[in-house]
Amino acid sequence: MTVTFSDRIDIALTVNGEAVEARVPAGRHLVDFLRLDLGLTGAHASCEHGVCGACTVRVDGQAIRGCLMLAAQADGTEVWTIEGLSDTGAVADLQAAFIARNALQCGFCTPGMLVAAQELLNAGGVPDRTTIREHLSGNYCRCTGYEAIVDAIETVAIARSGRGAA
Amino acid sequence: MNSPFGNPDRPNSYIGKTVPRPNAGRLVQGRGCYVDDMVLPRMVHVVFVRSPHAHARITGIETEAAMAIKGVLRVFTGADIAEVCTPWVGVLAHLKGLKSPPEHAIAIDRACWVGEPVVAVVATTRAAAEDGAALVEVDYDPLPEVTDMMTALDGETPVLHPDMGDNLAFQRLHEEGDVDAAFATAHKVVEAHFKTGRHTGVTLEPRSILVDWNPGEGQMTAWHATQAPHMIQVVLAEHLGLPESRVRVICGDVGGSYGIKVHIYPDEIATAAIAKIISRPVKFIADRLESFTTDIHARDHEIWGRIAVAEDGKILAFDIDDWTAIGAYSVYPRTSAIEGNQVVNLCGGPYDFKDYRAKTTVVFQNKTPTSQYRAVGHPIAVTVTEGLVDMAAAALGMDPVEIRRRNLFADDAYPAISPAKMRFEGLSHHASLAKLVALMDYDALRVDQADAKARGIVRGIGIASFIELTNPSPFMYGIGGARISAQDGCTVRMDPDGSIVAASSVTEQGQGTEAMLSQIVAEGVGVPPSQVRIITGDTQSTPYGGGTWASRGAGIGGEAALQAAWALRDAILQVAGAMLQCAPETLDIRDGAVVDMADGADRMPLSEVGRIVYFRGDTLPKGLPRELVQTRHYTPADYPFAFTNGVQASYVEVDTDTGDVKLLKHWCVEDCGRVINPQLVDEQIRGGIVQGLGAALFEELHYDAEGQLLNGSMADYLVPMAGEMPDMIIAHVETPTLESDLGAKGAGEAGTAGAAAAVMNAINDALRPFGGGVTAMPFTPERVLRGLGKLQD
Repeated sequence: MTVTFSDRIDIALTVNGEAVEARVPAGRHLVDFLRLDLGLTGAHASCEHGVCGACTVRVDGQAIRGCLMLAAQADGTEVWTIEGLSDTGAVADLQAAFIARNALQCGFCTPGMLVAAQELLNAGGVPDRTTIREHLSGNYCRCTGYEAIVDAIETVAIARSGRGAA
Repeated sequence: MNSPFGNPDRPNSYIGKTVPRPNAGRLVQGRGCYVDDMVLPRMVHVVFVRSPHAHARITGIETEAAMAIKGVLRVFTGADIAEVCTPWVGVLAHLKGLKSPPEHAIAIDRACWVGEPVVAVVATTRAAAEDGAALVEVDYDPLPEVTDMMTALDGETPVLHPDMGDNLAFQRLHEEGDVDAAFATAHKVVEAHFKTGRHTGVTLEPRSILVDWNPGEGQMTAWHATQAPHMIQVVLAEHLGLPESRVRVICGDVGGSYGIKVHIYPDEIATAAIAKIISRPVKFIADRLESFTTDIHARDHEIWGRIAVAEDGKILAFDIDDWTAIGAYSVYPRTSAIEGNQVVNLCGGPYDFKDYRAKTTVVFQNKTPTSQYRAVGHPIAVTVTEGLVDMAAAALGMDPVEIRRRNLFADDAYPAISPAKMRFEGLSHHASLAKLVALMDYDALRVDQADAKARGIVRGIGIASFIELTNPSPFMYGIGGARISAQDGCTVRMDPDGSIVAASSVTEQGQGTEAMLSQIVAEGVGVPPSQVRIITGDTQSTPYGGGTWASRGAGIGGEAALQAAWALRDAILQVAGAMLQCAPETLDIRDGAVVDMADGADRMPLSEVGRIVYFRGDTLPKGLPRELVQTRHYTPADYPFAFTNGVQASYVEVDTDTGDVKLLKHWCVEDCGRVINPQLVDEQIRGGIVQGLGAALFEELHYDAEGQLLNGSMADYLVPMAGEMPDMIIAHVETPTLESDLGAKGAGEAGTAGAAAAVMNAINDALRPFGGGVTAMPFTPERVLRGLGKLQD
């Protein structure tokens, strides 16, 4: 690797609500920074070229690919991973729905799926099944065939919308 | 003998109900622990330099520049690894004539496919190891490559392994009855040429292994994403010169397997060898390109098939000529001949006919080795069989459902033996087909198809019946000499607080093995499933067994768990009877408490039995057995395999201008015997179907004539994503196997077995009015347009 890639860069960001300061190689991807430096192993590295979605985390409110963003680019941002979203209860209803509907088998895609699903639901309203499927089209799951995942997200969308109306 | 699990009002009725998976809670929180999540003290990383040539002599390896990279500790060649690791040969005695040369963990002198490991670089970080690997210089002298399957045996084609004499790895011909006479006198004969695309499993978690050798205690520990921990233990011990008892294989969370993670991979064995040499934990995680070039491939088949039918639609004969190319080595230890062998075993499987000929020809080539991937051989056999049946129906002017009704084995025909000599204990083809027809409202769907046609929309309906091989006995591998266990065991114990711990030799890959075991043990002992903890995936702390493959976990591992749980229940009640001064037969365990069998009256909680046994044994009669831990094992013995059956249907829309196929809906009715957890079975079926749909529409590994893989990334190799997949309607017929008390057969292959064939038949149903059709998977827009005659260049 070139010298530039090993240059070290100081970054300061918040991860799961906690302030983090670190000195990272310029070539360090965000997902590797989270997994290797912070021990946040919920996001997974899989295709490592932005297709499979296993590394999806939330950066400044958006679902992004942890394998396509450098840690250095996350300087000054607010990052949420499945660990933090679990601790705060932000996706508790989605997690419960995934368990109830068995919308996961091996679980390797699940943290990324949940972050992607949360982004869709945060947009508000009750998306139809086609919209849910389209939104998940960047998250690969080899186990479930997707239907259970779509069911679980649809259930939560309806429940959240009902709660909002009430 | 089957026990009465059918009565939903029985006590502790957890078998047959949807109960939550004990491991799902932590997986949704990102608290899974996959191999790559683990970090051990002094751990190092290995990265492999791989052959860029399909076939080349290795003439020189220069490692100095790699060693100069900060963090790089060692560089190993094939010869270095061979000093501690013996080569292996992927043959089995019962696959007569199968041959394959010795294969080394790292290539020595010669590389035989693009991706074969040539050099290993070990460093303190993966990044440093990758930097080092990029600087290793290997000199190659390219050799002529063998890449075309159909010319592999021609005289002018070079012989890939000169010691083997020719490029034929295995051939099997099976003949039953007088096939030629049947074809000569048949009312109609239909023939076709089919291709199934070479594809692979694309597990989301890449292959992963972390191995530690501790010379202080003389023990090797491998944390491995695998389906068969005990098989890995055997192989590591044998080839690294260790006693089996000094190799411990631990299988934690696994991110998808589907057969990909049940094989021996050279790079994984090399990782263990390196750990042995350097006495430090070594981690290997495949990257995505390595996954595409080194995970086993499958389904690379060309098949010429013929069917002979009588005027009334009765099937008289099948004649099948199957070819497959398996790469440069037969994969160890399960071989690469099973898939072709299965095609011979399974073609024509659902049908009651007499005359059958099937031949498989398995050849070597300079590509990635192929081996068993989910539903091994089934999708090929079902595609050929069901494709021919539909073509015969069309030739006779008969409805596809009707021709199946006239030929499927009758539901009261069992036990039966197929022309391929497969033994069926009990199947339900007609009940399943009837259920499918009702479920999809076949007649209404035909009306919808006609209405659509009137509006210029082209739709098609496809049906595919199938049989599925599950619960394999030692006839699958053991008789061939492989130390691959067909039996499984379960140890169930009660702790002082009355909770239950069950350790099983079948593993969890996400199917819900641990949920299945917890509910069987819960019912067998008499406690809620939440009171049962499950241990799997550790050769040192579970009974010995085969693991999870060929749809054996529930049928074999589940039966062992049931027998162990019943034994523990009896042991508990013996103590309880002594404590309560009554006959154990008058007592039962329900919902975690000892009760009177007759009226369910509460006598004492299990924790009281635990308190007395573990802390006040002095109050029990001397000599009273108090073994609150019981182990049972189970091996299928009456039948070599427990066959299941099912039928799928697909409804598609074909854009005849673009060739695009839209999956509108999919149905599957299958019979896996006793359904232990309806939700888990349904989701196995759905996931399996979508793998089959990938094969039908998207998945194919492309090689050029020089043996270079052209689409080794997820951007180029298409897999099913949420947007293209249909909703699926699943239903069951239950014909429990009478061989076990549990009565469960497997369900893991069913979805994949029939999905692609159903889609093919649906597309051809849509295209038939245009005079075209498709028989080469995947059915890409280009191939559909060619089938329509719209593309001809």
